[in-house]
Amino acid sequence: MQLQQQDQAANPIWKVIGASSVGTLIEWYDFYIFGSLAPIIAAQFFPQTNPTAALLATLATFAAGFIVRPFGALVFGRLGDLVGRKYTFLLTLILMGGSTFAIGLVPGYERIGFAAPIIVLLLRLIQGLALGGEYGGAATYVAEHAPDGKRGYYTSWIQTTATLGLLLSLGVILGTRSSLDPDATISVQKFEEWGWRIPFLLSILLVGVSVYIRLRMKESPLFTEIKASGKISKNPLRESFVHRANLKMVLLALFGMVMGQGVVWYTGQFYAQTFMENVCRLDFGQTRTILIWAIVLATPGFILFGWLSDRIGRKWIMLLGMFLAIISYRPIYQQMLAISDTKGMTADPARGRVDRTILPAGNSDHSLVNVTTIAQFDNGIIEKEVRKDTLYLSEKPTAKGKGKISRTLPSGRYWQMIGLVFIQIMFVTMVYGPIAAFLVELFPTRIRYTSMSLPYHIGNGVFGGLTPFIALLLTTIRQGDPLVGLWYPIGVATVCLIIGTLYVSNRIDPNVND
Amino acid sequence: MNTLKRLAGWIWMALAPAAVWLLANTAHSEIARNPTMDTRIQWTVFILVFIPIAFGLLLFGWFAWKGEYDRLPESSAEVAED
Repeated sequence: MQLQQQDQAANPIWKVIGASSVGTLIEWYDFYIFGSLAPIIAAQFFPQTNPTAALLATLATFAAGFIVRPFGALVFGRLGDLVGRKYTFLLTLILMGGSTFAIGLVPGYERIGFAAPIIVLLLRLIQGLALGGEYGGAATYVAEHAPDGKRGYYTSWIQTTATLGLLLSLGVILGTRSSLDPDATISVQKFEEWGWRIPFLLSILLVGVSVYIRLRMKESPLFTEIKASGKISKNPLRESFVHRANLKMVLLALFGMVMGQGVVWYTGQFYAQTFMENVCRLDFGQTRTILIWAIVLATPGFILFGWLSDRIGRKWIMLLGMFLAIISYRPIYQQMLAISDTKGMTADPARGRVDRTILPAGNSDHSLVNVTTIAQFDNGIIEKEVRKDTLYLSEKPTAKGKGKISRTLPSGRYWQMIGLVFIQIMFVTMVYGPIAAFLVELFPTRIRYTSMSLPYHIGNGVFGGLTPFIALLLTTIRQGDPLVGLWYPIGVATVCLIIGTLYVSNRIDPNVND
Repeated sequence: MNTLKRLAGWIWMALAPAAVWLLANTAHSEIARNPTMDTRIQWTVFILVFIPIAFGLLLFGWFAWKGEYDRLPESSAEVAED
């Protein structure tokens, strides 16, 4: 305790929070830009026409999110409990920043062939490993500096970083995509050709600043104390996952809190985006700005619920967030569908138009015809349908089949959509704001980094990360119900809510120094 | 409350193999429906990742049934001893 007080004089808490949060935010940014740019990256490195490259794409997506993250939690968690928090989360930051920057430099498949997807896959795996080690270190570092009674409040700043990292990635991508040329269409084309590299390359600047800040920080006072007294764990993995008393707490953390938190997090911030784009058919830019607004408005919720958890306990805030999500997901998504629906609406012929462009199709004698139909409905929604077809010499210039539809909402409906996503992100803030303090308090200092990292990354990486895939899979199995995908997060959160209610304690640990 | 916690342990123990069975069954039918390498990899990853998690749930149920969660530790010393 004395050491903690001395440390607070040398390392003021806001400096500690700032140094930890900026680095963690950048790591999330790095991880998300790959996901957000997945279709462009796939076109550059993993062409679908080549089965092996497509296979590597699947591995890059699945391995980094589901296998490597928990593995990173074990590797770096162990290191953090043996060597110290500061150097471990410095290392994860360098690995993440370096691999992100390198992805921005890798030449495409067209230039170096198979080496391109293999290099990108390896770099993506390093990203997953680094992310697995980062969060536990940052949360532990802040919690071990925080004074008693304010642990929830101070660690909640770390909790904002995942959401703000997503916000930063969306902002940088949107900003770059629209600023490469005065003509919006050409700007998008340039972005897809080479501009997508900019968000990756930018990472090195952000990481450089963050590494500089973190290097100036001191080791956690609690870790320094146990190191000085020779109480460091000799085998953190064994103590965390083989010793029964600790293992049962790891299992309780996973099944009684983190798996539910993971699905609520990913539903509110990722599935909502996928749903708006693929089911509601909203315009790419509009889905991103809706998410940006909702995140900006809801982010103070992390701090609010972290602060509140110091007063009334962590358990019921997080379980209430899960409960509200379970009962309201279906009505919310039903409303999202209704807001963007054009069924039964009449298109105003005076405001509609059809644009037709004919371009040469490569080296052949044929041409490509692009037909863009724009219709404005009486509920204000503007629908754009782009159809493409090959035009053979003998045919008239028409495009067959159903094209790609994107809708733009009018102002009122746009803000209603922001409101619905905002509600979901408020649930995220309830379940996620207090969770760092909750996890830190469950485990002893000597094995804290290892013990809290694994359930966190299984809950978020596996249960949460699978949400978009399983939801999509359910819609292909049971076609006709666009909301069927929600049964996955609802089911997982319900099991977690029951386990959490029955077994988790609402007690705030007054002493994390042991 | 402790009786309920212990009895619910049976539910978690039953849920673990049920989840693996459901996953394996779905994987089998999905791979049969679309026998591409992509589908095989996705489902193999799902199963490989979920089997240890299901084992964890089974263990959690076992601990609950044995009364390990009747009283939660209040200090790290209690977690460390074993």
